[in-house]
Amino acid sequence: MNMRSENFTMAPRQTSRNASGHTHASAPAKLSVQDLNFYYGSFQAIKNVSMEIPSNQVTAYIGPSGCGKSTLLRCFNRMHDLYPGLKTEGGILLDGQDIHASGVDINLLRARIGMVFQKPTPFPMSVYDNIAFGVKLYERLSRRDMDERVEWALKKAALWNEVKDKLKTNGQSLSGGQQQRLCIARTIAVKPEVILLDEPTSALDPISTGYIEDLIHELKTDYTIVIVTHNMQQAARVSDITAFMYLGELIECGHTDQIFTDPEKKQTEDYITGRYG
Amino acid sequence: MNPVYRRRRMVNRIIMMASLLASAFGVIWLFLILLTLVTKGVPALSLDVFTERTRMSGGGLGNAILGSLIMTALATVGGTLIGISAGTWLAEYGGRSRLASLIRFINDVLLSAPSIIIGLYIYAVVVLPMGHFSGWAGMAALMVIIIPVVIRSTEDMLLLVPNSLREAAAALGAHRWLIVLRVCYSGAKAGITTGVLLGCARISGETAPLLFTALNTNQWNFFNMGSEMPNLPMVLYQNMTINSFIPAQVALAWAGALVLTAAVLILNILARVSAARSQK
Repeated sequence: MNMRSENFTMAPRQTSRNASGHTHASAPAKLSVQDLNFYYGSFQAIKNVSMEIPSNQVTAYIGPSGCGKSTLLRCFNRMHDLYPGLKTEGGILLDGQDIHASGVDINLLRARIGMVFQKPTPFPMSVYDNIAFGVKLYERLSRRDMDERVEWALKKAALWNEVKDKLKTNGQSLSGGQQQRLCIARTIAVKPEVILLDEPTSALDPISTGYIEDLIHELKTDYTIVIVTHNMQQAARVSDITAFMYLGELIECGHTDQIFTDPEKKQTEDYITGRYG
Repeated sequence: MNPVYRRRRMVNRIIMMASLLASAFGVIWLFLILLTLVTKGVPALSLDVFTERTRMSGGGLGNAILGSLIMTALATVGGTLIGISAGTWLAEYGGRSRLASLIRFINDVLLSAPSIIIGLYIYAVVVLPMGHFSGWAGMAALMVIIIPVVIRSTEDMLLLVPNSLREAAAALGAHRWLIVLRVCYSGAKAGITTGVLLGCARISGETAPLLFTALNTNQWNFFNMGSEMPNLPMVLYQNMTINSFIPAQVALAWAGALVLTAAVLILNILARVSAARSQK
């Protein structure tokens, strides 16, 4: 399959240097985090994180609970803007443009950076409407085009065969694994560039988890994928780049093979060998 | 048998019997009320009850039923619009702000305010300045009663919609108002409908607030909201007490009581059905 072949476009570009001093050159950066600090009130949840997320690859964040990985993920689509009292410092660049710049429309940003949550969140409406909801926010499609888009998204999320005869049923009546794929389909339907996955399989059984992991492999041809996971094996299975976070700091970031076989930092090694976390 | 377990089983049986008796006690009264209504109301039922207006000699309840329908329907529509708007603000925008807490408190007070006080209030602010009783005043009084019911159920039902759904919709790039309109309302609509129907059932039987506002009349009143409005609860009261020496009037009152109870029962059943549907 096309998993690893053409996606490693080694475009000539300068080598980036992240906070922990590691360098890696790979695909062009889709997202670039620069000296990011984040505060929940007075509590600093993210400390001086800098790193790059390469285009059309899967980047995984691992680390113990409360290390700030989900918080960081939610910075990318400015989810934190929904709540008062939260403060972000530093920059996040999407294709070189600051997502916090004053001219940025937050809803258009979220159309480019989609998100799938830990617990499946189908809306209380039909399977079809679940997917059409997001599309209708940006495009006015004819009934036929919308049908096509819904089918396309569901096929892309490997759900079409299971739900093609029940597009009118309530999305919340699907099984947990199907619901999560519906949420992925809903995110894809908007045609984002980046897909953020916040522990997408932690509420699912192993078979559904397998489906979603396969899906992640498929999707990275077209999308840049960032995943937060508690499950280190999952990070090893699905990701190209792995970033290890601890207590709000980015400890180490590099190619997944290298992180899991030959990490540079002792803390990373301790974590992946199960000594803490 | 283990004595601890035997004792536990005994206690369980005693409490179970006690709760059965308690619920039976409640249901018996309800049953007796329905029985009385049916036995006294059904013989008095005829087509005339629905088509004729009330007269000293008896007549029918057509004008009162129509008047009650008009006032209840208008109050429900107006109360629903205001109630849902206010409830939505409380749940989605007000949050824990001081203003929201204040409104919530006032709403709770209003929810349990005696309906006669509400009648008096409308009498003072609408009837006295206008100089006469009117359908508008009756509608206003009923609306003041239904609004807090709708506000409360709207807020409660919206708060039941998980926040993760709002986040998910926001992550797709939906504006706040659209999230409320499309996502939150579709999650809460069954519960809000239930609240509206129960509120409607409640005001359709209210008498005290109408006493000061719409009063009553023997005449037909087709949407002439500026003048006195005939209504079922007041007819019941008058026919059963003031005019109790006229047997035809008393019989008519029983028929009216049956019609009113049937209407409330139907509204309650509808509310139940819509609530059950939301569980699926």
